[in-house]
Amino acid sequence: MALIVDFAVQGLQMLLVLMLAPLLTGLVRKVKARFLRRRGPSLLQPYRDLARLMRKEVVLAQNASWLFRVIPYLVFAATWVAASLVPTFRTGLLFSWSADLIAIIALLGSARFFLALAGLDVGTSFGGIGSSREVMIASLAEPAMIMIVFTLALIAGSTQLSTMAGYMLSSAVGLRVSLGLAAVALIMVAIAENARIPVDNPATHLELTMVHEAMVLEYSGRHLALIELSASLKLLLYVSLIACLFAPWGLAPPDAGGERLALGLASYLAKLAVGGVLLAVFETSIAKMRVFRVPEFLGAALMLGLLATLLLFVSRSL
Amino acid sequence: MAALIDRIEGRRIEGHRPWPRLVVSEQVWRGIADELAAGRLVLVGLWGDSGCVHMAVLDEEAGDIAVASLDCPQPRYPSVGARHPPAIRLERALHDLYGMHAVGSPDSRAWLDLGFWDVRHPLGKSRRVAAERTPYPFLPVEGEGLHQIPVGPVHAGIIEPGHFRFTVNGETVVRLEQRLGYAHKGIESLMTGASLDRGARLAGRTSGDSTVAYAFAFAQAVEAALETTVPPRAVYLRALMAELERLANHFGDIGAICNDASFALMHAQCGILREMTVRAAAACFGHRLMMDCIVPGGVARDLDRAGIASLRALMKEANRIFPQLVELYDNTASLQDRTATSGVVRSELARQFGAGGYVGRASGRAYDARKRPGYAPYDRLDFEMALFDAGDVNARVWVRIREVEQSLKLLAQILQRLPEGPIAAPLNTSADRIVEGSGLVEGFRGDVFVWLRLEGDRIARCHLRDPSWFQWPLLEAAIEGNIVADFPLCNKSFNCSYSGHDL
Repeated sequence: MALIVDFAVQGLQMLLVLMLAPLLTGLVRKVKARFLRRRGPSLLQPYRDLARLMRKEVVLAQNASWLFRVIPYLVFAATWVAASLVPTFRTGLLFSWSADLIAIIALLGSARFFLALAGLDVGTSFGGIGSSREVMIASLAEPAMIMIVFTLALIAGSTQLSTMAGYMLSSAVGLRVSLGLAAVALIMVAIAENARIPVDNPATHLELTMVHEAMVLEYSGRHLALIELSASLKLLLYVSLIACLFAPWGLAPPDAGGERLALGLASYLAKLAVGGVLLAVFETSIAKMRVFRVPEFLGAALMLGLLATLLLFVSRSL
Repeated sequence: MAALIDRIEGRRIEGHRPWPRLVVSEQVWRGIADELAAGRLVLVGLWGDSGCVHMAVLDEEAGDIAVASLDCPQPRYPSVGARHPPAIRLERALHDLYGMHAVGSPDSRAWLDLGFWDVRHPLGKSRRVAAERTPYPFLPVEGEGLHQIPVGPVHAGIIEPGHFRFTVNGETVVRLEQRLGYAHKGIESLMTGASLDRGARLAGRTSGDSTVAYAFAFAQAVEAALETTVPPRAVYLRALMAELERLANHFGDIGAICNDASFALMHAQCGILREMTVRAAAACFGHRLMMDCIVPGGVARDLDRAGIASLRALMKEANRIFPQLVELYDNTASLQDRTATSGVVRSELARQFGAGGYVGRASGRAYDARKRPGYAPYDRLDFEMALFDAGDVNARVWVRIREVEQSLKLLAQILQRLPEGPIAAPLNTSADRIVEGSGLVEGFRGDVFVWLRLEGDRIARCHLRDPSWFQWPLLEAAIEGNIVADFPLCNKSFNCSYSGHDL
């Protein structure tokens, strides 16, 4: 019986992240539009876009290999699994034993690796530019992310997200400098990983400045739909991850009843909304940086992560 | 006035106004090219005619223009571009349109004729040919680790067509080569034999964003040729339209430059100001861009009381909102980080090419056609020339900001002094007279030059020179050493016209 419930909850979680991801993207777009004194598209527009792309014919470059056709599915699968590993409204999910932060990073890393390959596969100059820029960003974002994981693992004594969230909820955690540093670093990494301003601009039409968009420029139809959905999922993943680690309030414990689950769900939705609005505010108030400033930006995230880890070696209570 | 003419020896043509035209010998033609190369004269235009080539030069000190003509019985003339590089593209275009060779030119590739035309040399000895696309030999670049990025002519955004060939080393641009001509409409062919009304309409459609400046320059040229005096009210209304056009375009540009640095907030706010400006223009003159509002002899639409009220409302709002936006621009460090020090145009280059408008004025070239040679009513209005010398994207934004402030000031002065009276004078055309005229008007982008010859009430030949001719090459220079990702920002800060350049 318990197994069935666990299965149901895990299934619900997987469906939930999939269904909510486009909504979060829609929310960010809507809020940004309102800041720019535009009415903005409806919150449901990303769903309509996905439906439209799904119906559309796929146009493939003549020299596209089989890899190019498989990669959207690979990227989507990896991102979806990663997103369903993060505790959103309940800890102790069925996949919890594998819901390891390092596993999530590895999943996202492989999704990015495949996407960069796809950018190179068709042999257009824009794909190449996009892949080279993306890999440059990744080579700095991933070490920073690993440092953050070290910090959190040292504090919580585990790399499992359920355990971590449980520890953060307990009174043992207290105020720690290293946690603050890790939080800032994680937000910086999240901005870079999700191709948001100031690192990349998800709404740009300027082919020469694109990073993520340049890599996927050759995709169309259902392939593009999957890539877009993966991008939305990734954004949701990072917001959920930040919420789960640094604002775990309201998370339902593994043995929770219906009432706690509902509370967990409501608080999760509220956290997503707050995250989306904050992102929109941040993106509106800043210009995109030069491509060669990105290493400095991510270098700062890496240093913060390193500092946080070092502080913990100096004293476990910092 | 005497200085420039004294230096050019030749037979003066009667009936060319307001500046002199001289038929010169080949030796004098070469001498002028040397003067251009030495920087004592500035090239204003170089264009063909049946059996001869014309070159307009400006003496910047005196603010004085002369047109030199060289008869060429054979379809060839000594190249100016060989001595003075800014002329190279003009000579290539001249060859495509007229089939006249510039002897000694370092670059004889086609420029406007991309092989889509079914006619060769449409303005000269034209002959029908099958459209044939031949590969265009781009300039060779050699070196280790270089690769090319072709961009355009179709772009991801909704902009005009143009091809850019980047040679890059990683992210750094080693060379940019432009390939233009995709927006060629054959305006000069259409002009030949057209009536003055049609000519004015064609001139106004050379580059849509500068329609007022083009119509203004065309009207100036016609009026100079026909010695028509424009009524004072029309003179002021023309300046009013020109300043409205400048305002609308500068608002749009300032926002669009910031948007290319992904700072959409500025784009949205400036978009509102631009929209307010074009709506005020529509309320005053019945057309948002004021197309066909300036006609030879005067203006087509008068300004009524309601129009004045809408202008006053626009000025009040713009004076309230714009300083806040300037502050936002100046205080957003992330934006300044993008615009400052990117895409620098050295002031020597700006001088050599005689770059007009914000491109020249941001690189320390103190030239504004409204000041020198100057034309009515600006000689009676009080305004300052915006001048910066950093030559980067930031300086080009600041020139626009200062010009917006000056334009708002000018609008107030014009409304205050607007005289009553008729808005158009009849043109004294006569059937058998051959007269020539030219006009130079400061559009938002720079100085628009128009030269024409009238035979009776028909246009025998009309040449329109967009300021972009001398700005596009500077963009190639400005981007060198910058990174590829900064190109859209630099390009937007130039905002050169494709349509006006391709004709």
